[in-house]
Amino acid sequence: MTSDKTLRWGLYAYILIAFCFIFTPIIWSFIFSFNSDRFPTLPLGHFTLHWYQTVLGRPEVIEAAWTSLIVAVCSSLLSTFIGFCTAYTDHRYNFMFKQAYLALAMLPPTIPLIIMALAMLSWLAQIGLSGQVISIIIAHTVLGAPFAMAVIRLRLNDMDPNLEAASWNLGASEWRTMWEVVIPFAKPSIIAALCLTAAVSFDEFAVAWFVSGLNKTIPVVILEILQGNVDPQINAIGTFVFVISITLIVIAEMMMSSKEKKEGVPQ
Amino acid sequence: MSKPLVVFDKVEKRFAEFTAVKPTSFEIAEGEFLAIMGPSGCGKTTTLRMLAGLEAPTGGEIRLDGKVMNHVKPHERDTPMVWQSLALFPFMNARENVEFGLKMRGVDSATRRNKALEWLERLGIGQFAERNVAKLSGGQRQRVALARSLVTEPRILLLDEPLSALDAHLVIRMQSVLTKLQKELGITFVYVTHSQSEAFAMADRVIIMAQGEIAQIGKAKDIYRAPANKFVAEFVGRNNIFEGKVAARKDDAVTVETKLGSFTVPASAAPAAQPGQPLSFVVAADLVQVSTRKPTADNVVACQLISEQFMGTTVTLFLEAEDGSEIKVQIGQRELETLDLGHGGKIYASWPPSRAHVLGN
Repeated sequence: MTSDKTLRWGLYAYILIAFCFIFTPIIWSFIFSFNSDRFPTLPLGHFTLHWYQTVLGRPEVIEAAWTSLIVAVCSSLLSTFIGFCTAYTDHRYNFMFKQAYLALAMLPPTIPLIIMALAMLSWLAQIGLSGQVISIIIAHTVLGAPFAMAVIRLRLNDMDPNLEAASWNLGASEWRTMWEVVIPFAKPSIIAALCLTAAVSFDEFAVAWFVSGLNKTIPVVILEILQGNVDPQINAIGTFVFVISITLIVIAEMMMSSKEKKEGVPQ
Repeated sequence: MSKPLVVFDKVEKRFAEFTAVKPTSFEIAEGEFLAIMGPSGCGKTTTLRMLAGLEAPTGGEIRLDGKVMNHVKPHERDTPMVWQSLALFPFMNARENVEFGLKMRGVDSATRRNKALEWLERLGIGQFAERNVAKLSGGQRQRVALARSLVTEPRILLLDEPLSALDAHLVIRMQSVLTKLQKELGITFVYVTHSQSEAFAMADRVIIMAQGEIAQIGKAKDIYRAPANKFVAEFVGRNNIFEGKVAARKDDAVTVETKLGSFTVPASAAPAAQPGQPLSFVVAADLVQVSTRKPTADNVVACQLISEQFMGTTVTLFLEAEDGSEIKVQIGQRELETLDLGHGGKIYASWPPSRAHVLGN
């Protein structure tokens, strides 16, 4: 019993340290985004919203925020759609080379981003689509689809294999069943996939930097500001980006875990 | 029997590696309660799924009300099914589940709401209409599933082991709910189960399937008293099976030589049996008598008592004959008390020749 307790507290401590390690830099940047000093040094100066005001005064940052938003929305919709289709074909059908099909669908995250970015750039340039907002959307859809598929596939695996048949049996055609049964069943995972892929797109730098041309996204703008000098405005933008991403991820997590609570079946 | 509602005409279902259902023919009458029973993998569920259109037969013809159904899509036929897993829609409440079939038929929302509530009320779960199905008990979910299938007022209802997930006391309750409903509605029930007690308790007729074929079809009582072959006799249980050879044939009796000794069966029961031919017969456990003194009549086996299985008013005794084979005897609890068996002495099992039922091959 004692050793159990020690182990448990040891693990708690471990988790705490791990979280500190991950979040300290972010909290650091959060604190300094409200600090009046030009350079991040201790002791702190006084509280200010000055850096936020200057950021909001820069049209290129506002423009980048809009681009990021548009890209995130479009690519999350597209990658969730593709992810859903892939997950559903996996759930519903058996066919030759299915393993290969799934492996291929899962492939993009395993390719180093820089290679992916170069490949995307050369391919999009080839077909005359580089340097536009749509090029970032295409690239981020490719990056996001595997995540969407993984999340939706998990949910579809929980679906009673007779559920669709029951719907047909009650007079619903296959299309009708898709709308009335499969999509409602998968809804939590679809929302989770939308949030997750939006977060992936919103944070992504390397590919966006290569293919964006003049349509910069937020991470690209951050780098450009950084290249000039160290500026507390970066902390302000970083805090903003972090809040959006973490909100999306928290919603995704809540969606994915809520189903278990709801379907804890009392007998 | 009125005209058949369903006809299976040499229906066959082959999958890539095995044959689930060999060419099978039978008919189901309008308003009949038919049970299809057999061990797992015997083809009973495939038969039901073919009737619902979830599997297409690879041979033969399925006719529903005279119309060939082989390639009619599941949603284009009116053959609602109650699933073993119930397959309720987890994201809907009880009422919405029941409404589903009506919604698919384009019934307006007020009408279907009323109908759904009516059915939930009829099945005694009206107060749970707005509750999420995940929050209902097993028996309540069962009723929702039934209401969902019946709300469209079909002529036939398919049931695929619907009670197998319920507790024993609920099974008995639901059995009476089902038989009562079937009588009231006068519609055809096709009920697939592996449970003999469910099939025998509810069905007008029972089909016993084995390895993709019909082993026997008939009324429960006939199947129980007169199993057609060894498979049915064993599957039904509570039967003592004797295998041997015909030793002699007289006018009124046939003598069968088995490893337990020689027994007689009525000649009328084995009209074709000639000396030297193999012959098997069964004696149902409840037709065997036991005593501690050796009876003088024919058909006596000396045994040892091995164990008793108490089942309320009746008791099943498991006896062992001298060669080690088992003989099952079912007698009343009160009868057992007067017999005074428990002293490790010899027990004689016996039966009149007329109780033996000769099996076909």
